Amino acid sequence: MSDQVLQIRGLCVDYGVGADAVRAVRDVDLTLHRGEALGLAGESGSGKSTLAYGLTRLLPPPGVVSGGQVIYHPADGPPVDVLTLSPAKLREFRWAETSIVFQGAMNSLNPVHKVSTQLLDVIRAHEPKSTAASRLARAKELLRLVGISADRLDSYPHQLSGGMRQRVMIAMALALEPQVVIMDEPTTALDVVMQRQILGQLAELRERLGFAVLFITHDLSLLVEFSDRIAIMYGGRIVEEAPAARLYAEPLHPYTEGLLHSFPALHGPRRELTGIPGSPLDLRAMPSGCAFHPRCPKAFDGCDEQVPVLGAPYVDDPARAVACRLHPAVAPLSR
Amino acid sequence: MRFLLQRVAFYLFTAWAAITLNFFIPRMVPGDPVQSLISRNQGRISADAIASLRVLFGLDSDRSLWEQYVAYWGQLLRGDLGLSFTFFPAPVSEVIGSSLPWTVGLVGVTTIVSFLLGTALGVGAGWRRGSWIDGLLPATTFLSSIPYFWLGLVAIALFAGPGSFFPSSGGYEPGLVPAFDAYFIPSALQHSILPAATILVSSMSGWILSMRNMMVTVASEDYITVAHAKGLSERRVALSYAARNALLPNVSGFALSLGFIVGGTLLVEIVFSYPGLGFQLFQAVGSKDYPLMQGIFLIITISVLVANLLADVAYLLLDPRTRKS
Repeated sequence: MSDQVLQIRGLCVDYGVGADAVRAVRDVDLTLHRGEALGLAGESGSGKSTLAYGLTRLLPPPGVVSGGQVIYHPADGPPVDVLTLSPAKLREFRWAETSIVFQGAMNSLNPVHKVSTQLLDVIRAHEPKSTAASRLARAKELLRLVGISADRLDSYPHQLSGGMRQRVMIAMALALEPQVVIMDEPTTALDVVMQRQILGQLAELRERLGFAVLFITHDLSLLVEFSDRIAIMYGGRIVEEAPAARLYAEPLHPYTEGLLHSFPALHGPRRELTGIPGSPLDLRAMPSGCAFHPRCPKAFDGCDEQVPVLGAPYVDDPARAVACRLHPAVAPLSR
Repeated sequence: MRFLLQRVAFYLFTAWAAITLNFFIPRMVPGDPVQSLISRNQGRISADAIASLRVLFGLDSDRSLWEQYVAYWGQLLRGDLGLSFTFFPAPVSEVIGSSLPWTVGLVGVTTIVSFLLGTALGVGAGWRRGSWIDGLLPATTFLSSIPYFWLGLVAIALFAGPGSFFPSSGGYEPGLVPAFDAYFIPSALQHSILPAATILVSSMSGWILSMRNMMVTVASEDYITVAHAKGLSERRVALSYAARNALLPNVSGFALSLGFIVGGTLLVEIVFSYPGLGFQLFQAVGSKDYPLMQGIFLIITISVLVANLLADVAYLLLDPRTRKS
């Protein structure tokens, strides 16, 4: 589990260039281990999707990656920095090593092509030497993997329900057996029953195929259940990182605490839902010091001056990290 | 399939309505063709001739409107569109038959070429925003807002004239006999260059503009991002994912413009005195040649309907969402 597959180092993403640029992702360090499910949570505008687009170099203009490294460790061969790959190498890297399941389940499939065309073209693009028959067999196998009958290959996207489309997308994401699958709010557009089904299926597939998942969502309750580790983003920075159970049991950052208190627990005693006061950040006018201090109930002198850095608050628990002056770093981060 | 049959039925009904209107309109205009023929000949027509002309035009008053209507349909089905006044006694179908190839040749070819070229340039411009093709856009917007005929007049003023390679009027050298031979074909081509260029320049701009805008819209769709993320080649993403979807509205526009080929770009044909259907219509209007006008209107109506049907079929083939199973 300790084997790293994706290391994000000091990643910065801006929208626009020059003086008007808005920095949506600030100096993010994040490590994804082989086979691990890492959850990335935060409110709208916290930069979590931008991070995902930035690390795969899919940012639509005016987004630009303005700094940092994204180091990918292939199963065999030396590590590569995704941000400096040549266009041809980048095309090879995409999907074969890191695939993505996007937010819009409804619009991720090309409406004018059959499911088969869209499943087969990605296999053909990456494995030009494979035969048509073997590609078709793979496509059928993939659909079976996500619980869709093989005759759906001949369907057009509009003939599938939302849940089926998202499952087709998941099947497609697994087509080349990538090491990393990034899921950007994969179930947000679906109803809770479908959400549960798909997540259950994903957990099962992950166990079988052993890929690592970077799961991005604003639904922290989902992550607590689904992921091994959780990172919380606020204002473009990672503010807390911890194993899922530990984060749930003992949130350190006031923002994490706020997030955890904004949804009800199914088990345990009733407690009052509080939510987080104030409104989400305006990235064009970031507060000085800790970005969360204007909304923080525990802010104290100096929070508006010092930017807290992510550090380990416990000597004996290197897996935890938090960026808050309430919990000063006592040990260097182990990465 | 059921959808298609419904459309065909609808177009048949529309065709019937158009043909019926075509029957009534000349009967509602003041005066009648015989009257105007009499005045054309300055009254030097004998009473017998007038009577026979009335019968010839189906205007003999002892027949009821219904009988005339039935007879009109009978004539139509036999391909008999009546006799032209201007080219009396040539039948209208013959007159139309001789000018139709000119229009279809000139306007048809230029419409198809301008659609193909314009769409291709639009795909390029929309996919690579900010490339050199984008620099053409202000010029194409300007050109597409200029009426064809004015562009034609400018072309004649600039390029045609005594001693110029480009003839300013006609479809071929006067004195040549239309035939597929080494004298006629080059002459016809030479005469078609200026009008063709005029139509091409002004109609292509519209295709470029609409295709570019659709490409830009489609390029921000989620499935395009997915296609990029899949590591497909740039070419495949641009053509099979972006252009394939952006093409849809343009195709129906193209099919509709096919319908207006036959109507001709009337004014261009007038400006260049090109012997096509549009020019013929212009002459027919000038000389109150009702049967010829009626015939041409009929052909235009039918071709617009056929083009609409083609648009439906094309859409059915290109967009699976319109196919109801």
